[in-house]
Amino acid sequence: MITSPRETMLLTTPFHSRVAAMCPINEWGNWMGYTTPNAYFDVELEYFAIRSTTGVFDLSPMNKYRISGPDAEAYLNRMLTRNISKLGIDRVCYAVWCNDAGSMLDDGTIFRLGEQDFRLCSYQRADDWLQWCALGFNVTIDNESEDIAGLAVQGPTSCTVLTLLGCTGLDQLKPFGIAHFTFEGAPMMVSRTGFTGDLGYEVWVAPEQAEALWDQLFECGRDYLIKPIGGHALDLARIEAGFLQAHVDFVPAEESVRPGRTRSPLELGLEWLVDFSKPLFNGRLALLEEKARGSRYRFAMLDIEGNKPAEHSFILKGDKVVGTVTSAAWCPTVKSNLAYAQIEAPHGNVGDVLTAEIYYQRELHWTRLMAPCTVIDGPLFNPQRRRQTPAPAL
Amino acid sequence: MKQYDAIVIGAGHNGLTNGAYLAKAGLNVAVLERNPYIGGATVSRELHKGWYYSNCSYVSSLLRPEITRDLELPRHGLQVVPFGGGTTFMRNGDHFHNFADHDRLYREMARHSKRDANAYDRYAADTSLQTKLIRPYLMRTPPDPTSMKPRDLADLLEFARSFMALGEEKLLDTIKFWTGSVGDYLDQYFETDVIKAHIAGSGIIGTALGVYSPGTAYVLLHHYMGDVDGNVGAWGFARGGMGAIANSLSKALQSYGGEIICDADVDEIIVRNGRAKGVALKDGTEYRADIVVSNLDPKRTFLDITNPKDLPEDVLKKARNFKIRGSSGKLNIALDGLPTFNGIDPRSRMMGGEMHFSDTMARQERAYDDWKNGTWSKDPYLDMLIPSMTDPTMAPPGKHMMSVFVQYAPPKIDGREWTDEDKDGFEKSVLDQISNYSPNFRDLILHCETRTPREIEAEVGLTEGNIFMGELTFDQLLFNRPFPGYSQYRAPIKGMYMCSSGTHPGGGVMAAPGANAAREILSDLKRPNTVPGGYADD
Amino acid sequence: MTDYDAVIIGAGHNGLICGAYLAKAGKQVLVVDGRDQPGGCASTRELAAGFHISDCAQWLYQFDDDIVRDLGLQAAGLTVGRAKHTVALQSDGDHLSIDGDLLRGAGIEAKDQAAYPLFRQQMNVFAKLMLKLYRGRAPKLVEANWTDRLTLMKLGLGLKLMGKGNMQDLMRLVLINIYDVMNENFDHQGLKAALALDAITGTGMGPRSPNTVFTYLHRALGHQLQASGVVQVMGGMGALGESLKSAAEASGATVRMGCRVEQIVKEGDRVCGVVLADGSTVPTKAVVSSADPTTTFADLLGYQHLETGMARRVAQYRTRSGTAKLHLALSGLPTVTGLDNDALSQRLVIAPSMESIELAWNPIKYAECGHHHIFDISIPSIEDPSLAPNGQHVLTALIHYLPYEPQGGWDAHRQTVLDNLIEQLEAYAPGLKAQIVASELLVPPDFEAAYGMKGGNWHHGELSIDQALMMRPFPGSSQYSTAVPGLFLCGAGAHPGGSLMGLPGRNAAREILKQGVLA
Repeated sequence: MITSPRETMLLTTPFHSRVAAMCPINEWGNWMGYTTPNAYFDVELEYFAIRSTTGVFDLSPMNKYRISGPDAEAYLNRMLTRNISKLGIDRVCYAVWCNDAGSMLDDGTIFRLGEQDFRLCSYQRADDWLQWCALGFNVTIDNESEDIAGLAVQGPTSCTVLTLLGCTGLDQLKPFGIAHFTFEGAPMMVSRTGFTGDLGYEVWVAPEQAEALWDQLFECGRDYLIKPIGGHALDLARIEAGFLQAHVDFVPAEESVRPGRTRSPLELGLEWLVDFSKPLFNGRLALLEEKARGSRYRFAMLDIEGNKPAEHSFILKGDKVVGTVTSAAWCPTVKSNLAYAQIEAPHGNVGDVLTAEIYYQRELHWTRLMAPCTVIDGPLFNPQRRRQTPAPAL
Repeated sequence: MKQYDAIVIGAGHNGLTNGAYLAKAGLNVAVLERNPYIGGATVSRELHKGWYYSNCSYVSSLLRPEITRDLELPRHGLQVVPFGGGTTFMRNGDHFHNFADHDRLYREMARHSKRDANAYDRYAADTSLQTKLIRPYLMRTPPDPTSMKPRDLADLLEFARSFMALGEEKLLDTIKFWTGSVGDYLDQYFETDVIKAHIAGSGIIGTALGVYSPGTAYVLLHHYMGDVDGNVGAWGFARGGMGAIANSLSKALQSYGGEIICDADVDEIIVRNGRAKGVALKDGTEYRADIVVSNLDPKRTFLDITNPKDLPEDVLKKARNFKIRGSSGKLNIALDGLPTFNGIDPRSRMMGGEMHFSDTMARQERAYDDWKNGTWSKDPYLDMLIPSMTDPTMAPPGKHMMSVFVQYAPPKIDGREWTDEDKDGFEKSVLDQISNYSPNFRDLILHCETRTPREIEAEVGLTEGNIFMGELTFDQLLFNRPFPGYSQYRAPIKGMYMCSSGTHPGGGVMAAPGANAAREILSDLKRPNTVPGGYADD
Repeated sequence: MTDYDAVIIGAGHNGLICGAYLAKAGKQVLVVDGRDQPGGCASTRELAAGFHISDCAQWLYQFDDDIVRDLGLQAAGLTVGRAKHTVALQSDGDHLSIDGDLLRGAGIEAKDQAAYPLFRQQMNVFAKLMLKLYRGRAPKLVEANWTDRLTLMKLGLGLKLMGKGNMQDLMRLVLINIYDVMNENFDHQGLKAALALDAITGTGMGPRSPNTVFTYLHRALGHQLQASGVVQVMGGMGALGESLKSAAEASGATVRMGCRVEQIVKEGDRVCGVVLADGSTVPTKAVVSSADPTTTFADLLGYQHLETGMARRVAQYRTRSGTAKLHLALSGLPTVTGLDNDALSQRLVIAPSMESIELAWNPIKYAECGHHHIFDISIPSIEDPSLAPNGQHVLTALIHYLPYEPQGGWDAHRQTVLDNLIEQLEAYAPGLKAQIVASELLVPPDFEAAYGMKGGNWHHGELSIDQALMMRPFPGSSQYSTAVPGLFLCGAGAHPGGSLMGLPGRNAAREILKQGVLA
């Protein structure tokens, strides 16, 4: 038995044949062990597809875990900082989870598929932690990452396109809702979720349906200017929309080596996801203590003067370095220069004016720019259509 | 009778490093070597025409980059090439590839267990934490906890501070790591036998302990704390064999005016009025110097070449009690071609990596039981490599050289010396194991050099054939190496020093003991320091 | 129903001691236990009509004299026998007697005789230092408060005061194995083995396992705690339990036997009571568990009531054990070649050499039963005839090592192993087989079933240095409190660990009182 090197090569998603065919610039990246396009044709045009028409992102490499059994709800309530009992069937929520020290492990979305049946969808792999969490609970954890193909269909025309595909009544689906349809005789699940901050949906089918789904989706969407989008465009959209990413905006606690490098949800501006009224969840006591004592860091969204992205910048208060930037981009829709930064407390309150130390290079010439920036209260991009039900049609 | 400023006994890599730094500081240095060739256990030899064997140490990772760079070893011919990864063959025909590429390793692990593949990140982070703690101390003299000298107190405080920075739980986890077994450590992360067995091998190589013996987690760390070009934990080949390291060190030494004298078998260190004054060779020749540095292991240093009347009783006792157990053997094999291995594409890059055949920790533990019972392992743990897959200078084109490190082999069989029949039996147990996974391997053997601890001791002068010049257990590490109270490279006789792997930071081709000892000697001579400090770790 | 300040789970010696100290401080204390007899592992059972054996622990050798005094255990009925010496049986009938500093027989040479007192002396120096750690809570290192800093300073001072030579020796010895230390000091096989036995008793380790000097010191510390040396408890070990129960009750504690705690109840962040087997709930300010940590957290509280990291710590806590017990009812006093009746009443060990101990250990690593075993034997009926019908005797022996679960299960192996053990004894005591009235072999799962100790581990979790001191039972749950507010540990799974010592129980009581949680 000779193992084929293919077994350990980068994998391809169920959409790969279609993705490759639509990727003329052939710029690939490795996402979670899958060959995925960083860009299909032009990052900026792809980005604008999300914001003005419909962008399609292959999110099959996301890690999906099925959590089911009599204790599934209790299990998630202990693991997540949010109260999952409040999540109705066919509803989705964004959630984070911590270790005992209250340090962030990861974030993700929880799909409630039944009374005792959930799906957790996360950017990072979580097999080990999910299994440790299962001690003492009557619950089954299945890694179903490879059993489900997923597409994010995002943008102002997305509802229209999906309705044409056969998702009748989709416009009635509220944000974070789940609707079930049939596609070519097989189940197709659509959730009004996404990583773009725009009107958008995620479509989930069995891998066997993937290619047909792609073909028909692009057929239906042709007149609505549907476009595939790659990782770079999505990253731009998520920064504009205010979403965090593991390993970029925080280090998952169980993979952190150096003391003091982990962050709590409070330090990441995610206190709204922490339900202290729950009697027990991982990190509860530590987070309560942190709340009483005060956090070491504050997550800040910065609106930076000028148009030079503040990637990897130091943030100063006067002459003193008080923080560093984790994500930054010039955001084309809001026409703002945005950055996320971790700022040492007590700095970083909304309204604080700080300085970003930005370096940029033109024709091998480096410029150091000390750009004033203001801590803002939440993302600048937050369109009405994201929240509207019925979803606006074009 | 020739007079030098300093004499170093033993032209192994630490002796050469020590000599090089002393010479660099302007001392008139001679490095004496018993054998007609230099290198000690860091040597390449042509034992079959056209094949070069790294016939003792065989891979490099621990060699401190600060020294490589400072002594300009690349200019003197040293090139270390990483080989990346390894394989453990399983009895069921499958195998586990330990790819150097993180993503590829994930997918290979996931083939065996997705949970393990995911838990590997936690394992890697926790283990990195330990390497980060120890690495800053490699290029430093350990502080003496029993001393009240300001320097020791300051160093101890710094040491304590770096541990305190971890916080209570991680500090306790660190103590657990340092006092625990590699088996228990791995059980906290993994469920798959072959993954655990693959990693656990690093916890027992060169060590007379089993995977479930406390203390072996540190041995794992000892094999992980080196690096190749900043890739911590990576291993590589010295092009031309490990002798290339010794040769480049000798050129560095000579470039600073140092001298190497081969066939110089030291009989005794000459001591006058409590001061080292030189050495007398077995052939009666004497060399004089006010500085005598022993690169022999602590037992040989204090029990063989020093007159007991020159030593305090406690040092003699400590030297007698020093743990230096032989536990390893080696087969160096000239091959007529490339053997094939079940389940591996001969073109696979993994043919250039390490290969192991113990697919459970229980098999490794049983191999240790044989050693305890005074015999070689009937089902040994092998660390096997084909360096000629990476380095074309090791064998003629199309031919191959194979290096097989064998754990365990005792220094004595049932309390008596090894016989040639024992050696044949030992060799057979190794060849049998490889043949189980490589059908054509036996037919390709042109020459097989089998080395039990008996041969290793006789040829290289490692007592009991212990490759680390002393067990790497906590009682013989850091400020306890070689003995508590004598960890700062000074012997109890004025002008006499130790620089072998028997001193901090211990065994492996690291060169740090030689360099650290030189720093102490120069400080005693009130000469400017020529020895670099360690790179700051990030 | 009365509200209690504290409910103590388990009326083992540590539970009762903790309860007694808390009650003496004026607290309302309830000690509950599912067994009918108090004492836990300090228990007496009728093996056959009229034959009484100490069912689990058989020796007392490190029971803190202070506790005997504080709790008035003698007045409460505790009588111990005279100090025993150790007789290491040799196959040639020329046995070795170890009595304090004195070695006799077995051709012991002057060199060993001279070295032995010096060795003991040094061990005592180390044990005294260790005692500083044992008599209080193990200090935290980073989050240390002034109490901890004081302990650490005392420890540092103690280290300095023992002298540079001793300190250097300790630095070398503390993580080393007993095998090397014995070989460094002595020549006599039997002597080395008999001493090494103390280092491995109750652990899952062999003499060649590093860290066994630490476990040796754990036992050697007994000389500091209990002036009387190895003794038997008159009336059997259960009498210790009875006296502790009386003492606890005299101090004002309520002791309820025959009523298991089914569950520890947590409300909000805090533990607030226990549910008993009769279905009743007892509310309390603090639950103090003398059950082992795994039972306490995994079974009584439940993993689902812990945060995941803590649950993982519990699941990873090691409870392997290799200790079994042989019980014999004998129609007469066995004849051991070369031993008179007085010698027979001492502690008898069969451990021919350290290698034989190591060889006896190897099989359990692979869940095998092995063929040769190590015996630590007591014939208590010589000193205490009440334990057996007139002229008849009982023999109990600790057996090292037998696995928790051999392949095929114990049912398939029990009789063979029992026969084999008796055969091994017969070699030293010819005619023994014919004297046997009743016999039984208790293996680790039996102890687990009878005494609730996970894995059948007598120390409530392996007592290896990585699970000792401030690491006991695991990081995050040390100093008797746990990561769960209101829940405390006072059993052998807490610092300073196993053996009939009483310190975990007493230290826990002091710590709980100091924290003021019962106020």
